[in-house]
Amino acid sequence: MEVLQLLISGVSQGCVYGLIALGFVLIYKATEMVNFAQGDIMMLAAYVAITFVNLWGWSFWWALPATVMTMAVVGMLLERLLLRPMIGEPHFAVLMLTIGLGFVLRAVAGAIWSATPQRLNAPYVGSVAQIGELVIGYESIAIVIGTVLLCTLLWLFFRFTRLGVAMQAASQNQLAAFYVGIPVKRIFSLVWAISAGIAAVAGMLTAPALMVDPNTGFIGIKAFAAAIVGGFGSLPGAILGGLLVGVVEQFAGLYLPPGFSDMSAYVLLLVMLMLRPQGLFATMQKKKV
Amino acid sequence: MRFIRKTQYSQDIDLVKHRGHLIWYGLLLVIVLSGPLWLDRYLLGELAQVFIFAIAGIGLMLLVGYTGLVSLGHAAFLALGAYTHAYLLNLGVPLPVALSTAALFTALIGGLVGIPALRMTGIYLAVATLAFAVIVEQVLVHWTSVTGGFSGMAVPKPEMFGWSLSSAPAFYFLCFIILIGCLVLALNLLRSPAGRAMIAVRDSETSAESMGINLARTKMLAFALSAGFTGLAGGLFAHRMTYLAPDAFTIITSIQLLLMVVVGGVGSLHGVIYGAIFIGLLPQVIASFRDLAPPAVGQIPGLEPAIFGLILIVVLIYEPLGIYGRWMKIRLYFEEFPFYRRATYKRQKSFLRTERLH
Repeated sequence: MEVLQLLISGVSQGCVYGLIALGFVLIYKATEMVNFAQGDIMMLAAYVAITFVNLWGWSFWWALPATVMTMAVVGMLLERLLLRPMIGEPHFAVLMLTIGLGFVLRAVAGAIWSATPQRLNAPYVGSVAQIGELVIGYESIAIVIGTVLLCTLLWLFFRFTRLGVAMQAASQNQLAAFYVGIPVKRIFSLVWAISAGIAAVAGMLTAPALMVDPNTGFIGIKAFAAAIVGGFGSLPGAILGGLLVGVVEQFAGLYLPPGFSDMSAYVLLLVMLMLRPQGLFATMQKKKV
Repeated sequence: MRFIRKTQYSQDIDLVKHRGHLIWYGLLLVIVLSGPLWLDRYLLGELAQVFIFAIAGIGLMLLVGYTGLVSLGHAAFLALGAYTHAYLLNLGVPLPVALSTAALFTALIGGLVGIPALRMTGIYLAVATLAFAVIVEQVLVHWTSVTGGFSGMAVPKPEMFGWSLSSAPAFYFLCFIILIGCLVLALNLLRSPAGRAMIAVRDSETSAESMGINLARTKMLAFALSAGFTGLAGGLFAHRMTYLAPDAFTIITSIQLLLMVVVGGVGSLHGVIYGAIFIGLLPQVIASFRDLAPPAVGQIPGLEPAIFGLILIVVLIYEPLGIYGRWMKIRLYFEEFPFYRRATYKRQKSFLRTERLH
């Protein structure tokens, strides 16, 4: 029973990692840029939601689309102002830039919303579902359901809409996509918008379960490990990697000495990089020349 | 404009290219050596800190700027150097032995970290080093019998051959002499076959490999040397801190080290020095700014990293070659005075360089 309980809390935590990892992977797949600030964008989204719900008194369900839209605009602006001048620069430069961006976002959040931890008032907060001996918080259930819904939505989007197919084309070969008339630059902006939107959903799902403070974004680093475990560049891999990291972390916290819980994600990452550097779901091979 | 007539191939790798170098660097040496005469104790301490950063920066520059491998975990090497040094000093080992053992031990660990790194490039490597750094940090926190955990570990006062080096000028000279040694070592390394191999690996792994360079060996050597320099800096850093705790070696420290390399100018040893001056002295500037600014701005939590981040963004977008690159442009402007063309350094707009195979 204890194992099952741990498994469930691991899965719900893993879904959060998975959603952030999804944002990383989406941007990497489409633009070959690594957005290290994804976790901080999620933190920002959580604060935006807290402003809407806690401060302005909007209903949670109205705040959800509003937050997603706000963050999408923020993501688009970030791409337009900061990342577009970096097209063609080495990956390392972009990585550093987004690390810098993360620091700035953290300070901005601290300046606007102060550093004291806050919790988002979702309607389902505090209630628990009891199944036999299992006790599951509604927050965890919401995270899992939200993740499943979002993934289905994204899958449908990439599979069946013109825009989604255009994005796939741009991610496969930018030059070819440009030649057949796909506006690659605008696609990049939209990819950033979608990725920030996913971060918004992740933030709104996490914020009721977890206290939010400006340093919440650091879980982005763990999510990053999850993305690589899953094979950087594979969308299902990102979710699976997130789940794996979440579950392993829970079990390490119980069965191993203190400290291993925080380390487990990175140990998993190193083991994965040594055994199977391309990750669980390999989608890309290294360029040879 | 200076023209150097070269009559021998060996002139290409001369350390001193022309007499101007000797004069200017000699002058700089005299100014720095006379520092204790006209600087107060506080500034001497800050400059010693800059020298320590510069030593660590040389290590990171060898890896990032010359071999093209990114490390987000250099704070771990700094920590390993610092803790090894302090641990040995506490056992009663003399300072020169402890310091060189710390550097060698860190180099060994760096080489070991380099082994899995051989199969990775770019982002994977950066994250692997980050993971390594987190693991080292956790070990430092939890292995209390050796490191003292969060309660910390005292560092004995530096002394060598019966002299105490704990006074500000003595420590300043210690750091400066080690920095000079490291700089000469790095300069000589970079004109040796091993250093040239690193640069070749950075520019193109494929062509380096087809020229007969052993990629694995070169990368591992770069990692080991880089870690060794950083470990040496860590040993000195331990004395500067006087009390070691794991929270001095977090990911923020790693990023600060990378910032130094990027802001100074990737791919030049001058850049290391500029970068070290920059990150060594910027916190002082920010602190005085905090006092001057209105409280609403001055009290923002995380203001210092945010300013670091902002500067990083601006530098990366507008001057990817860093302070050294800007200095090159200014110098070229005066050298070619009426004929400077802005287009000389114009960046080519290029398509995304892909690392993928389709």
